[in-house]
Amino acid sequence: MVWSDVTFDPIRADDVLEKVGGPGDGAVALFMGVVRNANEGRPVSGMEYEGYAAMARDELSAIVAEAARRAGDGRVAALHRLGKLKVGEASVAIAVSSPHRAPAFDAARHVIEEIKKRLPVWKREHYLDGEPAWLEGQTPGRARTGGAS
Amino acid sequence: MDVTVLFFASHRELAGAERAVVSLPEQSTVEALLSVLRGRGDGLARLPRQVAVAVNRRYADSGTVLSQGDEVALIPPVAGG
Repeated sequence: MVWSDVTFDPIRADDVLEKVGGPGDGAVALFMGVVRNANEGRPVSGMEYEGYAAMARDELSAIVAEAARRAGDGRVAALHRLGKLKVGEASVAIAVSSPHRAPAFDAARHVIEEIKKRLPVWKREHYLDGEPAWLEGQTPGRARTGGAS
Repeated sequence: MDVTVLFFASHRELAGAERAVVSLPEQSTVEALLSVLRGRGDGLARLPRQVAVAVNRRYADSGTVLSQGDEVALIPPVAGG
């Protein structure tokens, strides 16, 4: 079982937890990414997530399918939020269940790492003490152009 | 042929728009499109040398050949999660 979505609504852990689990699953791993109150020493008031929503849905679906294959026997769910988030609100939630803990942790880790590498989402940090700024990100590895020029 | 180009985040600010329709010769590549965009005389002249691109919602590379009606998105370095 795999499930994923991109939403503009607040995220709760239950949104993904209720999509995984089963009578044969002895482990459920949950990861949530949350907006924190400071970055590199600067006080942060909130985070604005912009996304290419249609592609982000496709890409997140592909990432979750990969994670399920890695887990072997595992159920994987992931939800990413877009829009303006306050400190303490969740930007992403990932749940994986499997018979044992190792594949559940591994698959959840895979999902968040691939989100950071590939999901077409950008964030602009808002500070208490200055103008907002786009955060440095990763260039998707399969997608570089102009490298030989 | 015409392709629709989508701009996001810092690229949107460079372009001053969310999207543009660009006319190109048939069989043009992603690299050719980027050259046209860099030469428009606006903020896109400051596009970084390496730009990730998606064609019809899938990551593509500089040699990908474009077709009439393609949706081409310029993807700034991503920062989800």
